[in-house]
Amino acid sequence: MPSAPARSARRRRTPTAPELIFGNLWEFDPSPETADPKLKAQYDLFIDGQFVPARRGARFTSINPANEKALAEVALADESDVADAYAAAARAFPRWSRLPGAERGKYLFRLARLLQDRAREFAVAETLDGGKPIRESRDFDVPMAAAHFFYHAGWADKLNYAFPGARVVRPLGVVGQVIPWNFPLLMLAWKLAPALATGNTVVLKPAETTSLTALKFAEILQEAELPPGVVNVVTGAGVTGAAVVAHPQAAKIAFTGSTEVGRQIMRATAGTGKRLTLELGGKAANILFDDAPLDQAVEGVINGIFFNQGHVCCAGSRLLVQESVVDEVVARLTLRLRSLRVGDPLDKNTDVGAINSGEQLARIKRLVAVGVREGATLYQPPCALPPKGFYFPPTLFTGVQQSHRIAREEIFGPVLSILTFRTVDEAIEKANNTAYGLSAGVWTDKGSRILKLSTELKAGVVWANTYNKFDPASPFGGYKESGFGREGGRHGLADYVTLS
Amino acid sequence: MPRLPIAKTPKVYVGGAFIRSESGRTFPLRDARGRLIGHVPQCTRKDLRNAVEAAAKAGPGWARRTAYNRGQILYRLAEMIEARTAELSRALAPATNRAAAREVAASVDRLIHYAGWADKCEQALGSVNAVAGPFFNFTTSEPMGVIGVIAPAECPLLALVSLIAPAIVSGNTVVALASEPRPYAAIVLGEMLATSDLPGGVVNLLTGLRRELLPTFASHAHLRALSGVANGEERTALERGSADSIRRVRLLAAEEPRDWFADSAQGLPMIRELVEFKTTWHPVGA
Repeated sequence: MPSAPARSARRRRTPTAPELIFGNLWEFDPSPETADPKLKAQYDLFIDGQFVPARRGARFTSINPANEKALAEVALADESDVADAYAAAARAFPRWSRLPGAERGKYLFRLARLLQDRAREFAVAETLDGGKPIRESRDFDVPMAAAHFFYHAGWADKLNYAFPGARVVRPLGVVGQVIPWNFPLLMLAWKLAPALATGNTVVLKPAETTSLTALKFAEILQEAELPPGVVNVVTGAGVTGAAVVAHPQAAKIAFTGSTEVGRQIMRATAGTGKRLTLELGGKAANILFDDAPLDQAVEGVINGIFFNQGHVCCAGSRLLVQESVVDEVVARLTLRLRSLRVGDPLDKNTDVGAINSGEQLARIKRLVAVGVREGATLYQPPCALPPKGFYFPPTLFTGVQQSHRIAREEIFGPVLSILTFRTVDEAIEKANNTAYGLSAGVWTDKGSRILKLSTELKAGVVWANTYNKFDPASPFGGYKESGFGREGGRHGLADYVTLS
Repeated sequence: MPRLPIAKTPKVYVGGAFIRSESGRTFPLRDARGRLIGHVPQCTRKDLRNAVEAAAKAGPGWARRTAYNRGQILYRLAEMIEARTAELSRALAPATNRAAAREVAASVDRLIHYAGWADKCEQALGSVNAVAGPFFNFTTSEPMGVIGVIAPAECPLLALVSLIAPAIVSGNTVVALASEPRPYAAIVLGEMLATSDLPGGVVNLLTGLRRELLPTFASHAHLRALSGVANGEERTALERGSADSIRRVRLLAAEEPRDWFADSAQGLPMIRELVEFKTTWHPVGA
C-alpha cells in the first residue's frame, strides 16, 4: 500500500530544504495515556433519571476500533424503550420549562464543571470507544464539550436578548436528537446544551459505535441532580434512531450525520409538523492562493483533512491550489505526511488514530480504489500500521478532476483530493461546484480577497488562514445539501424555541 | 350609444415580461354577478420551470444590490400600488369595496414595513461572536436563492405581498403561485412590479391550479426554499419532495385561521426564515 513519492521533473527543480523526518531518525518510545476511563462491563439505557435495561433485554457489544477488543455490553433500545424515554421527557417538560432561566442555567453550569472534573477519564473513554488520538479527545473534544455547557448555561436567563423584537420565547417540548460517531461527546454537548438552556427536554440517541461517553455523561446528569426525565439516553443502531425520529411526541428532531440519512428523516417527518434541523455531510474546498504563507497553509491543510482521521463533516477534503504553487505545495504536503504518526490512539504522540469502524474503513478503501481507477495519482507515506484494529494511512490524490468521485463524494477518512485553479473566479466556481455547502477554507495574504471569497462561497462556515476551528459562540451549520439550522451562538438557540 | 369598454387580457408577469401560459390554456374568471372578468392563464410545470430559470438568472444581480437600493425599490413598489388603489380594489372582487380598499392599504403598509427592514435586518440578524482565540468571528446573513411562494386562497393581494416582501428584501428571488380561486389581484400586481424599478425576474407570478403545479414546487431542485400556506396533504407532499435537495420548507397550515392584517404577520422572523447564516473566522494578528 505505501509507495514512494512520485518525483516529477518539476519537483526536482524546486529548491529543496534538508528533509528532517523525525520518525525516520529516532524511534519514539510509546507514550500511552494511562488514566482510568472507569468503564463498566455493562451499560443500561438512561430513562427518567435511572439506568434501566432494555425491555427486551437485548444488548450489543461496543468495541475498541484500535484493537477490535470488546469494551462493554450496551443495552439495545427498541420502540418500547424509546416510548418510555419520550414519556419520561414529556412528564419532565412542564416543570423544567417553567423553571426560572437562572436555575436552569445553574444545572448547565454544574454539568460543565462536573465534565471538567472528570475530563481525563472522559478523554480516555472517548479515545477507547471511537479511535481518535488521545491528544484530540484530551485537548479538543472534552474541553470543547464543557465549553458548550458553560456558554449555553449563561443564555438560559437571557433568552429575550437573543431574539430582538420577540415578546415571548417558548421552548418546543420534547426534542429527539440523533448524533454521530465522529465527535460523540462533543456532539452530545452541541445538542443538549442549547436544548436544555431554552427549556426543552430531550431523548438522545448516540451512534451505535460510540455510545459509551454518552452513557458516562448520564452519570454526570445524575451527579448534577438534573431532574429525572429532562435528558434520556437510548442506545442502539438505525432502528432505534428511526424510532426516535418517528415518535409522535417529538416536537423537533435534531440530527447530525450523513446526507442520505438526513433525507430519510425529512421524508419520515414530512407533514408531521415536527421541527427539523439537519447537520449533514460536506465536501469542503480549502483554497490555497499563491500569496499564502505556505508553512502555515500546509499545516492548516494537514489539520483540515487529517484531524480526527478525516471523520469530520467539515473536513477540507478538496484542496484547491493555485497552479503557480502546486508543485511546491504538493512537495511540502508529501514531506509533512511522512512525519504524521499513525497508530495507537492512546499514545500521546499519535497524529492519526484508528478509523472508527470496520464498515467505515471499507468505505474509505472502496472510494480510494475508485480514485485510483478514475486516474488520479495516489500518494501514501511509508508507515507501518498496527496489525489489529482499523487503520488507514494518510492519503493524497493529485491530478484530481472535478468529475472524479473522490472530488464529489464525502469520503469521511484521511484522504485529500488536490485540484488546481488559475484565477479567483475559477476558484470560486470550483469550490461551489458541489451539492454540499458546510464549510470552506481560504489561504491568502490579501484581506480584501478573503472577504470576497467569504462572500461568494456557498458555505455556512468560512475559515480564513485557519481551519477546523470551533467555538460555542460561533454558529455552525450548512448550506444546500449540508443541511439547515445552526448550532452554537445566538443563532443556534433559535432552532429550539418558538417566538411570539 | 354608450362607449364599449376595452377589456384587458390577463397575463402573468414572469422574467420581466407579460406572458400567457406556454400551453395556451386558460380558465375563465367571473365576478360576483357572474360577468366574465377575463381568461386567466392556467400555467403549467413548464411555465414554472421557466419562471425558476428567470428567477435564478436575476438572483445574483439582485443579491448584489445594496440593501439601501433594495429598500428604495420596495418603497417604489408601494408607491405604485398606492397610486392604483382603485384598480387593485376592483381586482379583489368579490370583496366589498371597503374590504378591498382595506386590503390594498394594508398591502402598501406591509411593503413600507419591509422596505425599512432592507438595510437594518443584517444588524438585527448578524452577530460578532466572542470566540476563545485570536480570531475576529462574525456571522452574516445571505439570501438563500430562489424561493417558491405558495399563496393561500384568502387575501389574494395582502397574503401574496406578505409572503413575497420578506423573501426579496434580503436578496432572494421569488416564483409565486397566486391564490387559486382569486388570482386576478396577482395579475394586476404584476403590472405594478413591472413599473417599480424591480429588475425583471426578481418576482415571477404564476396563476393556475395548485394540484397541477405543487408537484413541481415539491421536486424542483433549484427552489432553495418554499414559503407559503398549504393544507396537510399538500404539506406532506411538499416536504417529502424537498428531501431530495434538502430544501428549506416554511409552510403555514391552511387549516389554522390566520389574520394577515395583524402586526404579527410581518417582521424580522419572516425575513430570518429565508436567509442562510454564514460565519467567517479571520485571524487577528500582524
